Amino acid sequence: MGKTMSEKIFERKVNHAVQPGDLVIAPIDCAMGQDGTTPLAIKSFLDMNAQSVFDHHKIFFVIDHNAPSPMESVSRLHDEMRSFAQKFGISLFDVGQGVCHELMVAKGLVVPGDLVVGADSHTCTYGALGAFATGIGSTELAVAMISGKLWFKVPETIRINLHGTLQEGVFAKDVILFIASQLKADGANYKAIEFHGPVIDRLEMDERFTISNMAVEMGAKAGLMVPDDKTFSWVKKRSKRDFESVFPDPNARYCEVVDLDCSFLTPQVALPHRVDTVKSVEELDEIPIQEAFIGTCTNGRIRDLEVATRILSGRKVHPHVRLIVAPASREIFLHALQMGWVEEIVQAGGVFVTPGCGPCVGTHQGIPGDGWNVISTANRNFKGRMGNASAFIYLASPATVAASAIEGKITDPRKYLR
Amino acid sequence: MHIRGKVMKYGDNIDTDVIIPARYLTSSDPLELAKHCMEDLDPTFTQRVTQETVLVAGKNFGCGSSREHAPLAIKGAGVQAVIATSFARIFYRNAINVGLPILECEEASQALEEGEEVEIDLNQGVIRSLTTGRLFQAQAFPPFLQEVIREGGLMNLVKKRVS
Repeated sequence: MGKTMSEKIFERKVNHAVQPGDLVIAPIDCAMGQDGTTPLAIKSFLDMNAQSVFDHHKIFFVIDHNAPSPMESVSRLHDEMRSFAQKFGISLFDVGQGVCHELMVAKGLVVPGDLVVGADSHTCTYGALGAFATGIGSTELAVAMISGKLWFKVPETIRINLHGTLQEGVFAKDVILFIASQLKADGANYKAIEFHGPVIDRLEMDERFTISNMAVEMGAKAGLMVPDDKTFSWVKKRSKRDFESVFPDPNARYCEVVDLDCSFLTPQVALPHRVDTVKSVEELDEIPIQEAFIGTCTNGRIRDLEVATRILSGRKVHPHVRLIVAPASREIFLHALQMGWVEEIVQAGGVFVTPGCGPCVGTHQGIPGDGWNVISTANRNFKGRMGNASAFIYLASPATVAASAIEGKITDPRKYLR
Repeated sequence: MHIRGKVMKYGDNIDTDVIIPARYLTSSDPLELAKHCMEDLDPTFTQRVTQETVLVAGKNFGCGSSREHAPLAIKGAGVQAVIATSFARIFYRNAINVGLPILECEEASQALEEGEEVEIDLNQGVIRSLTTGRLFQAQAFPPFLQEVIREGGLMNLVKKRVS
């Protein structure tokens, strides 16, 4: 019987055959921690009396969740990360360099076939490169930093085939929101997902990351895609590492195969407070908004800012709306500056904040007021997610968010893209 | 290992953002985190929780972020164990790693009601309602994880193996 991508990656790491359900202790290719989770990992590291890290070239810290620091207690935690990184020679991406998941892929730190862990649930983003990448907690990050290994249960895999052609105005975000509505928030719990089909083949890497990023919103341990020429050109431009890609066997055994036709898809919106409660934008009643946010590890990339600019250019953000934009990295911000997008968005009334997580995590840079409706390109709309439990968060593509910012209500972006 | 406690019951998809909002992640002290546990979902939680509370919830408990502060906050609040139909993957691992007992049992999670007294045999995975007398069998942990749990978390296990 053939093997899935996840099974083959684990087999290569442990040098023996594996089956779904097997518990293995596998060496990791790299480990990542951000400023929300790394301070606790450092504490665990010290509590375990560890003296050294397994390989400082394979550990990366990113200060993105609370960057720049909004309060002194956070500044202290950031300094703990900096001292620890300096002591052990670990690379640290400091304030303003960007969101951890963008940096890991854009700096060429992850290559196809890798086994990567990160103390952040959206580590699954790197699956779009054909790597097995999964989120872990702080204590496990500490163990991974010490030993370079971690235990894993080899997961079963759900294969999702995405058929058809996306209409104008429909994007990767709409596809993954639609998938979430079909699988539900726990539909892939403990499992891996493989995304296949012509829709994926046609997407650029920027957009593929959007899809793999949200695999965890269905509970998935990883969200993989088969590497192709686009993957190879992305990686070769960014990484000097040799790599050996992993492909699923044609007769691989999947626990479930889901076929979805995306040709009929229209812009999708996830309603508060559930990622899997999704409607087409045209099905919604009039929903006024007070805040719009474009950014995050889901949708803060070049193509996202480009489409937002297309819509906002020469128009004005509605007077009742605060539009906040956080590019996912410094390089993306610079690109947007060079292209003139920043000027156009700011002229329209948008506000740029530091490249990083922005208001997504609910600690700073745009905490909504009581009863506000927010439309966001992020991946989560849980109650209280953005820092106010009485706010309502809607999730959508950058195009839908930009169109909604102009009209002051949730708006179908297609009329602005014709 | 036996646990006894009184049920506090919640629904499906209790996410880590409501278990402990990100604005409180500046501390990793379980008692400090416990002051804000569940506050965005149920502001009465911190007043009602005791050192003899067993949380019972539906499916996908702990979905969302990887923050280990979530099981720490629950443990710090005094909760003795969490029984749910299912746990989100990262929460499941984090709970084991910080030594918060968790049990997957759909029957118990559906049948147990707010305020019921329960007794849990963690080694056997048996949940008994002292109120109704009903018995429930939870999913057994694989032996490797039983070892982690016996040692009181991953950190203790690593310390023991290293020393």
